[in-house]
Amino acid sequence: MELAMTVGLAVFQIAIVMGVVLLSVAYMTYAERKVLSFMQDRLGPMEVGPYGLLQPIADGLKLFFKEDIIPSSANKLIFAIAPIICLVPALIGFAVMPYNETYAAFGGEAGVISDLNVGLLYILAFASVGTYGVILAGWSSNSKYAMLGGLRCGAQIISYELALGLSIVGVLLLSGSLSLREITMAQDGGFWHWNILLQPVAFVTYVISAVAETNRLPFDMPEAESELVAGFFTEYTGMRFAFFFLAEYANMILVCCLASVLFLGGYEAPMEFLNFIPGFIWLAIKTWALLFFFIWIRGTFPRVRFDQLMKFGWKVLIPITLANILFTALGVYIYNN
Amino acid sequence: MMQVLFYYMAAVTVVSSVLTVTLKQPVYNVLALLTMFFHVAGLYVLLNAEFLAVVQIIVYAGAILVLYLFVLMLLNLRSDARHMHRQWPFAVLILGSVAAMLVGAFAGGGFGGEIGQYSTAYIDSLGGDTQAIGLTLYTDYLLPFEVASLVLLVAMVGAIVLTKKGLVDDQVED
Amino acid sequence: MTTDFIPSNYLPVLIFFMIAAAFGFVTIIMGKLVRPQNPYREKALPYECGAPPISDARQPFPMRYYIIAMLFVLFDIEAVFMYPWAVVFNDIGIYGLVEMGLFILVLVVGYVYAWGKGALEWD
Repeated sequence: MELAMTVGLAVFQIAIVMGVVLLSVAYMTYAERKVLSFMQDRLGPMEVGPYGLLQPIADGLKLFFKEDIIPSSANKLIFAIAPIICLVPALIGFAVMPYNETYAAFGGEAGVISDLNVGLLYILAFASVGTYGVILAGWSSNSKYAMLGGLRCGAQIISYELALGLSIVGVLLLSGSLSLREITMAQDGGFWHWNILLQPVAFVTYVISAVAETNRLPFDMPEAESELVAGFFTEYTGMRFAFFFLAEYANMILVCCLASVLFLGGYEAPMEFLNFIPGFIWLAIKTWALLFFFIWIRGTFPRVRFDQLMKFGWKVLIPITLANILFTALGVYIYNN
Repeated sequence: MMQVLFYYMAAVTVVSSVLTVTLKQPVYNVLALLTMFFHVAGLYVLLNAEFLAVVQIIVYAGAILVLYLFVLMLLNLRSDARHMHRQWPFAVLILGSVAAMLVGAFAGGGFGGEIGQYSTAYIDSLGGDTQAIGLTLYTDYLLPFEVASLVLLVAMVGAIVLTKKGLVDDQVED
Repeated sequence: MTTDFIPSNYLPVLIFFMIAAAFGFVTIIMGKLVRPQNPYREKALPYECGAPPISDARQPFPMRYYIIAMLFVLFDIEAVFMYPWAVVFNDIGIYGLVEMGLFILVLVVGYVYAWGKGALEWD
């Protein structure tokens, strides 16, 4: 009975979270095209539905009905599973994301699919597994552009993963826990308790590494279309191509969601009197604000060169994050005594 | 339930380890090894060692195996021509003696060892195994921790010295 | 028994993993029913701007990628040491500060060495 309840609760929450994530991915593509269009003084998608609102659905259907081409010289098995290796880690990272205050459902406590004691590391662990999908896709295609894209992507992801991993240590020093719910609750009681005020440097390095980690402009080396056609997924078509797209956007939402939890108080309201608005709406607002920022920098900055990107990661971000860790530790120690 | 899960994890670990050394396509070996790392992480979870489980994935699957993948691509091994090379008698000898030692140890009543204060309940009272590891590693085992940093330093210097040629002329190595 | 406690936390994660993987496979297999399937030789060639591809794509690539991956492994291990330290920092106090200071110092020595030897250069 106990087991049936746990499973029921889990499936219920997974359905909600996965539904919301996939819907957000769809409308993130729409929002991106619209925002970029407005920034460039255009209208963007307008044909499908009112204001083009049904565009993502049309795009999805189109990709679903497209032929699935597998290059003759590709390694067929790896080529076929690489998109799934990419997509699954991007989705299951949301398992530890606390999306609301605890509420009762199915005779248990809901609010997060599973509040692991090591939730933060769990996300990092699965983010690193996503790298395989990219490298293997590039390798298995047996195409020069795909190969170069996969390699660049591998090198870029691992370099910025390091900076990402080091920038969150400061937050851990403040909260003393790896559980995302505990990190959120430690920022309870108004926006002046949020970690961003104590860890502004970590926030900046986190956001920069997050942009690079998700291969977004201005750091979209792996798929720089003017140099590498489409990078590691040059050879992909139809649904498999769509999966890389889904994975990229899901990852983007994941890192923004994580940034909201770590630095912006997660589902906590910014002021006490705003508590009547449910937590998941606050989390959505914060996440979408960061996503808007992602689109904004895409619309603003030109692409950097690959050597600049790698140098910036290793020579600028890593020393800053290390210094931030030591200063934060010193500050915490002085504050406690 | 726990038993079933344990046997599943253990069986997959063994099978994928064997596949890691027997499959002929190097990339498949990497995937088999990846499967193995995940199932070993699963074994850690069953032992309530969550921190070890995620570190297993972060370090082995996320870092070391990616390095392997890079090396495979660097050398462009399509399928290992030296699949059954001449060293296999030594391998059998070494593996056989290790296996015999393990069987002997288990037949003689296992490794025994005393159960210290770190029971499951005690670790839970500290807030989880991350806290337990932190509290022991940074107080009682301070010296090994600092020595570990030296080992890492040596590894870093070694890696750079060994690959210096590649750095200096920036040529494609073959 | 308390040993059942933590693994049961991972059950939802396992279910999520299975649902996500099933989503991937089912979507692709279902698409097979409706999508066209008409491969021919030219279509299945790897893309090379329209011309027939020359030589194998899997060529050796520069050493730098390998060095970066190697440095990443080492730094990643160092980062892993910092997580439990950060979590218990409040309990170990000044000891923690000093020993992590030493740890990072040793790390920085290696980092400066790598920088000086040009391992972080990309031109």
